[in-house]
Amino acid sequence: MKKQTVDTRPAGPKPWYDPRVRSIVFQVIALSLVFWAGWTLVDNTLSNMESRGISTGFGFLNESAGFGIIMHLVPYDATMSYGRTFWVGLTNTLLVSVMGVVAATILGFILGVARLSSNWLVAKIALVYIEVIRNIPLLLQIFFWYFAVLSNLPSPRQSVDVGGTMFLNNRGLYLPEPLTQDGFGLVWSSILIAIAAVVGLRIWAKRRQLATGQIFPTFKVGVAILILLPLISYFVAGRPLEWEIPALKGFNFGGGITIIPELAALWIALSLYTASFIAEIVRSGILSVSKGQTEASKALGLPNGLTLRLVVIPQAMRVIIPPLTSQYLNLVKNSSLATAIGYPDLVAVFMGTTLNQTGQAVEVVAMTMAVYLTISLLISLFMNIYNRAVAIKER
Amino acid sequence: MTESTIKAPKKAFSPLKWMKQHLFSNWYNTLLTLVVGYLLVTSIGPLLNWVILDASFQGSEPSDCTGAGACWLFVNQRLNFFIYGFYPDELQWRVDVMFLLLAVAFVPQFIENFPGRKWLGIFGMTGLPVIGYFLIPGGTFGLEEVESTKWGGLMLTLILAYIGILASLPIGVVLALGRRSEMPMIRGLCVIFIEVWRAVPLITVLFMASVMLPLFLPEGMNFEKLARALIGITLWQSAYMAEVIRGGLQAIPRGQYEAADALGLGYWRKMGLVVLPQALKLVIPGIVNTFISLFKDTTLVLIIGLFDILGTVQSTITDPAWQNVAVEGYVFVAFCFWIFCFGISRYSQNLERKLDTGHKT
Repeated sequence: MKKQTVDTRPAGPKPWYDPRVRSIVFQVIALSLVFWAGWTLVDNTLSNMESRGISTGFGFLNESAGFGIIMHLVPYDATMSYGRTFWVGLTNTLLVSVMGVVAATILGFILGVARLSSNWLVAKIALVYIEVIRNIPLLLQIFFWYFAVLSNLPSPRQSVDVGGTMFLNNRGLYLPEPLTQDGFGLVWSSILIAIAAVVGLRIWAKRRQLATGQIFPTFKVGVAILILLPLISYFVAGRPLEWEIPALKGFNFGGGITIIPELAALWIALSLYTASFIAEIVRSGILSVSKGQTEASKALGLPNGLTLRLVVIPQAMRVIIPPLTSQYLNLVKNSSLATAIGYPDLVAVFMGTTLNQTGQAVEVVAMTMAVYLTISLLISLFMNIYNRAVAIKER
Repeated sequence: MTESTIKAPKKAFSPLKWMKQHLFSNWYNTLLTLVVGYLLVTSIGPLLNWVILDASFQGSEPSDCTGAGACWLFVNQRLNFFIYGFYPDELQWRVDVMFLLLAVAFVPQFIENFPGRKWLGIFGMTGLPVIGYFLIPGGTFGLEEVESTKWGGLMLTLILAYIGILASLPIGVVLALGRRSEMPMIRGLCVIFIEVWRAVPLITVLFMASVMLPLFLPEGMNFEKLARALIGITLWQSAYMAEVIRGGLQAIPRGQYEAADALGLGYWRKMGLVVLPQALKLVIPGIVNTFISLFKDTTLVLIIGLFDILGTVQSTITDPAWQNVAVEGYVFVAFCFWIFCFGISRYSQNLERKLDTGHKT
């Protein structure tokens, strides 16, 4: 008799229906695909570079660069190395980014508040500004300021003269440069003392308010200390500050601080463009604070200024900070458009000239991208810390 | 009418009252109005003179620009170049057909209750690119071939923006799903991909595409410059798209996922039939905003030597034949971009209001 076995157990899930098995299989497939792609890329790159005779490694950073750069914050001349050109580009990028962030924030906040002004004319002008500027490509605006506005300025001999100290012409903006003399150390130390005094005052005023309920006018007194103390020490030390005023020598100005037109065009365009986005962020932040909050604060008897400072702005900031962070990041990334008008930022100097001269594309591109990655991560880190500090404290 | 019923106060519009309320409500508003009003009045006059009254419209030579104002005939003269780049004159009908189809597909989207506008939209997303793929480059069906190096102007700008957005959408969906996946490896890969692309400027991506892509590829395999730029733009854009779509996925209430699970739907059907349709609908404004920023960013291709609309204008301005027309050229390009971007952003705001289904609790 043939033995017949009947499996009476309920059919278990087939292994390919088991979510755990499937998830492992998917991940293994994905990882091996990525590794395979990465390996192929590296392999191709290496063999391509070999066949074109390009060397690898970071040795090129010590070679002499041999090209001039029109603007540098760190000492530089053409005999210095490619590593130095990297620093020149990086500092130039950081300079225009910081200048842009400051100007765009100030202008953006003014525009955002103007947009909500009870004055119809002011509100409409802010609206038109925002809608026009943010719908036009940034590169076009940079070109506009550089090629259409700044290059049409008069030549150095006919330059626009502001009070005999500042000069504007098609070679740039010339500002007087402060030169600190002996004894200026006293002013520096008095500035530090003033800052420490204001911090101490703030702590003391807060304690006193908690203890007695009396409010000390910290802000006004603080500003007075910050201005008066350095001013007094400046006169006590015998005014140890001289201004070097730019003067026309031959065909161009010498002395003083020079803002080259490339920097000016990039700075103006970046600030105006980013400000239009910041304005909308500020507006939505202020609008997000419900009217009941203002009314409640008024009902408590707080004056307008305090209502704004203690109730509206802290709550609006919570909404404003995260998108503001991405605007700062955008500004830093957009500063790379400098390449188009020849401002020597990181991309122009390093990814442009240095890459062309050395041909070491992989290393140069990797270093440039690493810089932007680091800046992005740092900005979001700081902004997240700040964001956490101002977030709603809940149980 | 009894004496106790009082008529509602008449809401008559009085300009004086309006001005008192909106312009001169208190001393600093009055001061602001006067200062701003003065600046406005003194700047509008010269501006109007420059744009219209003193401007030159007629003629064909730079010397015909005799007025003190703008020289618009320069734009008029080079308009063909600004729209088609170096595309051969006798073949420009092919581009015109695409412009027409684009208008047919998307203009009705702005008109409420237009018959079949949904189908026209779907055609714009599927049929239109296919037709364009055969029509613009030619080389098949007896059409004469036009190399991509000859494409330029507004046409190139639209091609870059259109393909960029269309290709980055599906990649963005996959990346967003991956970023919210429960598999740690897949999630990690997607996070790295998204964050790296978002952290670097588009210009470095374009540089990389034009300098390094040939190094990455095996010997003998090479793309044209336009294709390389498109690959770079698409990858960069898909990272942004992924973040927009992730926002939509997060906005879907948990109950929707659980309900789909309870129905016994698998992962793909849960996502495809329940979650994604709702999520994508929620983030249409975000997608449109991404599109607007991509549209503006296409101008960057001029840095790697492609002639988009800004590139064509820039090359004409630096042409010694036309002197001092920089402002006119930039105003023209700015106007073109402004019309597109402002129109689309208005449309997306409209859409936002219409699609607001009140998921606000």
